[in-house]
Amino acid sequence: MFESALFGKLTLSAIPYTNPIIMSALGISALIGLLILGWVTQQGQWGYLWREWLTSVDHKRIGVMYIILAVVMMLRGFSDAIMMRIHQAYAEGLGQGFLPPEHYNQIFSAHGTIMIIFVAMPFFIGLMNYVVPLQIGARDVAFPFLNSVSFWLTVASAGLVMVSLAVGDFSQAGWSGYPPLSEIQFSPGSGVDYWMWSLQLGGIGTLLTGINFFVTIIKMRAPGMSMMKIPVFTWTILVTTVLIMLSFPVLTVTLFLLTLDRYLDMHFFTAGMGGNQMMFTNLFWVWGHPEVYIVILPAFGIYSEVVSTFSHKRLFGYASMVYASIAIAFLSFIVWLHHFFTMGAGADVNSFFGIATMIIAVPTGVKIFNWLFTMYRGRIEFTTPMLWSIGFIITFTIGGMTGVLLSVPGADFVLHNTEFLVAHFHNMLIPGALFGYFAGYSFWFPKMFGFKLDEKWGRRAFWSWLGGFYLAFMPLYALGFMGMPRRLVHYDNPIWQPYLLIALAGTILISYGIFCQAAQLYVSIKNREALRDTTGDIWDSHSLEWSVTSPPPFYNFAKVPHVESLDALAYMKEHGIPHRAEAPYSPIHMPRNSGVGVAIGAFTFVFGFAIVWHIWWMVIASTLAIMAAIVMRASDENVDYMLSAEEVARIEKNGAQAASSGPSGLSHHDMITQG
Amino acid sequence: MKKLWIKLLPLFLYPGLGYACEGDCGNSPWALLDPKGPIAADEMHLILTAFGLMLIVVIPVIIMTFAFAWKYRASNKDASYTPKWDNSHAIEAVVWTVPAIIVLILSILVWRSTHALTPEKPLASAVKPMVVEVVAMDWKWLFIYPEQGVATVNKLVMPVGTPVTFHITSDSVMTSFFLPRLGGQIYAMAGMQTELNLLADTAGTYRGLNTQFSGEGFSGMNFEVEATTPEAFQSWLKETKTIGQSLDGSRFKQLEEPSENDKPAYYANVEPGLFQTILQKYAPSESMSQMSASHENHTRLMQAQK
Repeated sequence: MFESALFGKLTLSAIPYTNPIIMSALGISALIGLLILGWVTQQGQWGYLWREWLTSVDHKRIGVMYIILAVVMMLRGFSDAIMMRIHQAYAEGLGQGFLPPEHYNQIFSAHGTIMIIFVAMPFFIGLMNYVVPLQIGARDVAFPFLNSVSFWLTVASAGLVMVSLAVGDFSQAGWSGYPPLSEIQFSPGSGVDYWMWSLQLGGIGTLLTGINFFVTIIKMRAPGMSMMKIPVFTWTILVTTVLIMLSFPVLTVTLFLLTLDRYLDMHFFTAGMGGNQMMFTNLFWVWGHPEVYIVILPAFGIYSEVVSTFSHKRLFGYASMVYASIAIAFLSFIVWLHHFFTMGAGADVNSFFGIATMIIAVPTGVKIFNWLFTMYRGRIEFTTPMLWSIGFIITFTIGGMTGVLLSVPGADFVLHNTEFLVAHFHNMLIPGALFGYFAGYSFWFPKMFGFKLDEKWGRRAFWSWLGGFYLAFMPLYALGFMGMPRRLVHYDNPIWQPYLLIALAGTILISYGIFCQAAQLYVSIKNREALRDTTGDIWDSHSLEWSVTSPPPFYNFAKVPHVESLDALAYMKEHGIPHRAEAPYSPIHMPRNSGVGVAIGAFTFVFGFAIVWHIWWMVIASTLAIMAAIVMRASDENVDYMLSAEEVARIEKNGAQAASSGPSGLSHHDMITQG
Repeated sequence: MKKLWIKLLPLFLYPGLGYACEGDCGNSPWALLDPKGPIAADEMHLILTAFGLMLIVVIPVIIMTFAFAWKYRASNKDASYTPKWDNSHAIEAVVWTVPAIIVLILSILVWRSTHALTPEKPLASAVKPMVVEVVAMDWKWLFIYPEQGVATVNKLVMPVGTPVTFHITSDSVMTSFFLPRLGGQIYAMAGMQTELNLLADTAGTYRGLNTQFSGEGFSGMNFEVEATTPEAFQSWLKETKTIGQSLDGSRFKQLEEPSENDKPAYYANVEPGLFQTILQKYAPSESMSQMSASHENHTRLMQAQK
């Protein structure tokens, strides 16, 4: 009795110390973690890390931290992928393959959840954090502290997924967690709770980010930047934030209803007792389909910037691009049923959703053609970001075709839930989202760190990823035509095996691609002097983020620029208008860093862990702590300061060097200004 | 384990020869391209038509990507260069209208094919359709032949040329009932009845399966479909009635225990109304106590189809 009050459902047996696969994964993660912690300690950088990064409210630093989170989680998600591929390649026959079903089922559930929620989301949110305020000539986001809270909520929920590896297990009900399978009757363990709460808490962070960036883009654009002068990447982010604000509350409510079912024995989605499982499926995809566009639209924006920059030509059909993004966003809310044509909705309903889905192909096709006509009569430089973009255009077109095929209900009746479907959505999300983020990463890396990435390793990474993608997923299309369902832990049809072996080879090639990306980062840091960007406009690009030094000073713009044209920087360069602010400067109002965001994240993590294990005293304590942190922050008046004009002048004069030592400038300044 | 190259061989043998297999012998491995019934054949043609129509856009896009990338490479100084050219009404008109026209054609195709192939639509046939009641269980399929009074587990026997109306429900979580070579797939959900109408026009042994992940025993939740001549079907019925165990309430309870990779089993003397009992089990409690509400209840059960 006392024990259950103290530890809830948690017992020592929740730690899977008898499972060698999980324990070695844990061992390796712990070792890497310890090595990093040890290195920071040895360098004596804890103070610096805490003051300048973890507590930062600077959108640029938060952006970089988001990207680091995405990369770490990608390694986890990819480990899951390669384990599934190895397992399935050798799972011909009962009991074959090296994973037991309960482990395999957790792996594919975790892979989906991690790749969408903790890789795709933080990756583009990181890029948008870094780039959007710079593109619109703003000094920060609308709510810098809220931005830090959003980030730490995301970290907390990612941490929850990672902890499920060590304590308890993860969901075995798939990333979409359909009831009744995800109900307490069929999934009594902690797995579904980990899944549910990590989605729930991360979703709140995402919603806050959506609101933050929507307000930022609407209210904080530089003077002169009317709606149709907003850079195209920022436009796609604006549309994305609207999608986030409209769709994430649906997820929140849906998960909350499932929570009531699981924790308080209610019956929203149960089989029987008045529950309606179809309602969950509908609600999940009312969020889930816009979610697909939430991760893809930002990548479209990146491709637009990259293709225009490296074709050395204006973007073709800017207005078309904007309207196409808006059309895609609108349509994304009326297609959710295409995820379950096979639920038996009847011909009229299925036809409506099938046709609505196909209509999305029109604005998406327009975007593809506009990128092609941006290349037309250009001077194309095949840099790494451009390679990702061209690889995307071709691969995504193929994925679009299979998508239209699936949107035909009569075809979906035989293709649904097969490996064809798995191939299709990877064919959309890998080129459609991930390649875009990789393009954005190599495109804006010099802006972030002041030197560009090594091209040779970048090209190797691209070709390995591209080849690996085709090898890994084209066989899955074929397997779909052979009627192989998804998520099989074993199969008895030997003819499927060679295709799965090829898919495994593709995954191995992709892991070489990931190795190349790690090598690229290492080589680039080593050769950073040779790769240094002293101009701030290393690609001869067109928008405002390139008008400041690389990396930009922490206040972004010494003077807020005035925007005359869509391609604001291109206009300045052409008309000989100096794009670096000159003296005299004015004082700049800056937000102060805050540890409260970290604290809220930490308490949220504790809350998530406690509620998964039903440790009620800890749930109450962490809730109170979160509320206390919010009250403390709300009553803190020392949240901002003025950066004096002399200090701005000093930093501007020293250029890039001062910018990178900006942090010391900031803390120095913290001492001499009193709020 | 066979040598790797032997395993890779069938890749080059499109559409493939009959290969060692279980429950699907002597057929091409490309289940969706080797239909054994009219619905599956229509679905295959639909896939191929839609695929062909889309190639009208997809092939030019791929060619243009390579052509533009090659022609306008930075080192080709002979190619024209118009850095400020960023709009053309003619091109915009084409890139909006051509995909729109193709989507319009596809939409007509979707409307017609969806209405023609919708799972609950009875098939036009001179032969009287046979009803088979399908119950998804953990982790096996129960087939009840209500008119014949027999039942099977993980084995579906159907006469060639007779339309079969499947009434489908689940005694557990959500699953999906799929017969790749006969066409169609539909979810099985507790407390609800979905319907699928199919016909086999070639005798043979095919595979049926669950495609919706349903827990630990999911991967073994498949069954053999035997499409036989009507005469063979009759003699199979006769045999099953003599050798099959009876399926009453207590034996059904045993069947409800979760089990994996079940071998086929045959039952005779199936308790009448078993399927309705399974449906009722998950129906809202108030309509269970009020028999007068049975009509309303039936409407609710049919929701999945409407």
